[in-house]
Amino acid sequence: MAIAKVCGIETEYGILVRGADSNPVAASSVLINAYVSGVLRKVGWDYEDEHPGNDARGFTYEDVFAPEIETHLVNAVLTNGARYYVDHAHPEISTPECLDAREIVRWDRAAEEVVRASMDAAKRLLGDGSEIVTYKNNSDGKGNSYGCHENYLVDRATPFGRIVAQITPHFVSRQVFCGAGKVGSEFAGTSSKTVPYQISQRADFFEEEVGLETTLKRPIVNTRDEPHCDAQKYRRLHVIVGDANMAEVATYLKVGTTAIMLAMIEDDAVGTDLTLANPVAAIRQISHDPTLKRTVLLREGKRVTALELQWALLERAQKYERSHGLEAVGDRVGSDVLAKWETVLTGLESDRASVAPWVDWVAKQRLIDAYAERHGIEPGENRLKALDLQYHDLRADKCLAKRVGLATMIDEADVRSAMTEPPTTTRAYFRGRCLQKWPNDIVAANWDSLVFDIGRDPLRRVPMMEPLRGTADHVGALLDECDTAAELLTRLGS
Amino acid sequence: MAERTQKQKPVPARTEETVTDAPAAAPQGEKLKAELDDLLDEIDEVLETNAEDFVKSYVQKGGE
Repeated sequence: MAIAKVCGIETEYGILVRGADSNPVAASSVLINAYVSGVLRKVGWDYEDEHPGNDARGFTYEDVFAPEIETHLVNAVLTNGARYYVDHAHPEISTPECLDAREIVRWDRAAEEVVRASMDAAKRLLGDGSEIVTYKNNSDGKGNSYGCHENYLVDRATPFGRIVAQITPHFVSRQVFCGAGKVGSEFAGTSSKTVPYQISQRADFFEEEVGLETTLKRPIVNTRDEPHCDAQKYRRLHVIVGDANMAEVATYLKVGTTAIMLAMIEDDAVGTDLTLANPVAAIRQISHDPTLKRTVLLREGKRVTALELQWALLERAQKYERSHGLEAVGDRVGSDVLAKWETVLTGLESDRASVAPWVDWVAKQRLIDAYAERHGIEPGENRLKALDLQYHDLRADKCLAKRVGLATMIDEADVRSAMTEPPTTTRAYFRGRCLQKWPNDIVAANWDSLVFDIGRDPLRRVPMMEPLRGTADHVGALLDECDTAAELLTRLGS
Repeated sequence: MAERTQKQKPVPARTEETVTDAPAAAPQGEKLKAELDDLLDEIDEVLETNAEDFVKSYVQKGGE
């Protein structure tokens, strides 16, 4: 039976300095420090258990291929259980571990607000009129891409080959509702004439079906095997194929449908008849055709549109709900995801404008097309590219996504509280509460442990190898009762 | 899985915590069009003043 789909999203934001010269690494550091120094004592990240070079297919790469960890850069843990850091040349936030898609939307929105608050804090800190501006997108339009990665807890007992084979059709076609839209193309041999607008920010950058890379030769299914929890029991499926979404419902559907698909794969309820003949070509072909009419070839010889693929997957998911239930993704959220999944596919098929409040690429395309028509702008002109970029501008007064009528799912008050409060449903609760209560006693934190310094040697590491232990139900009363970190450690028996 | 096969689809209890339907699940096309027109009327005040320079200056290092 499928295990709980604990999940998280990590977003790298585009960054631009206006009114001063600065490199993006320095600017990212200033941005994060401006926020962190204002709100909390900085607790460093602990790299002890990070092994991004491990491959799910069962081997380990030497340093040549292993993604580098840049330990000298800014790296903080927030009291909501999130990690806020500089990755390569971008500010990045990893949400705390969440239990379902609705929680993901809340803490992803909170991450946006943290970045927004960081921009304000940095502007005050710089004080010279210069400004650090961030963008929640995935491409600069010049061939450089940065990611919005999802992570899902998967049962180690599920054969990895089955996951690869059965999740790929979803990863290729789900962009019809969670693509963020892009003016033009960055794929060799295309131009703004052949591809004036496409569905996904990211589709141009995928070159392999499966592999470990994230920066070159990006694979549709990433094989990084770094569970950040009990590796005997779990995998963490690291998903690099998605776009960052401005639309809350798009984030909800992206994570909600993928979590359901993974539960189905664990229960072997998907089948292999939807296997694509050439997924790498298909993800691009689908993205490059906003009419949604383009067909792609299945291995068994049939041609299908992305919508037909999605309908087939949805039907299987509905059948799965009847046969197995949706406990693994949260019954109530799971049922709601299925209902919205059906609504969005119906809308995409029959009344495109009706799904604009839910689907970024549709909302953005309507804006671009209307603007181009009003001002007589030809495809390929930078004025349209500027609109595209500005759709993702996180400054509240500049963000075009905030003006196109996107639907919201989370109350503003819940978004604000999630900037500092962790989810109550995962181990992020223990991490967040400890950081709130005893920031001066915690010297390091990572996903699966906290390291305390209570003034006596040695440092005490509290392991958190179970993502569903350390919830409010488990440790809420304990944390309330303990006045000091020393008392907590004594009562934990460590 | 036999013990789960008869599981009823849960009745969504509409409490404060319940996933709410986004308000615009099936909005009127005309209303959306009017909103878009309004947006275009006001958008010039918000847009980057020099689109050419802005787009050229937007260069990112690859990430991930």
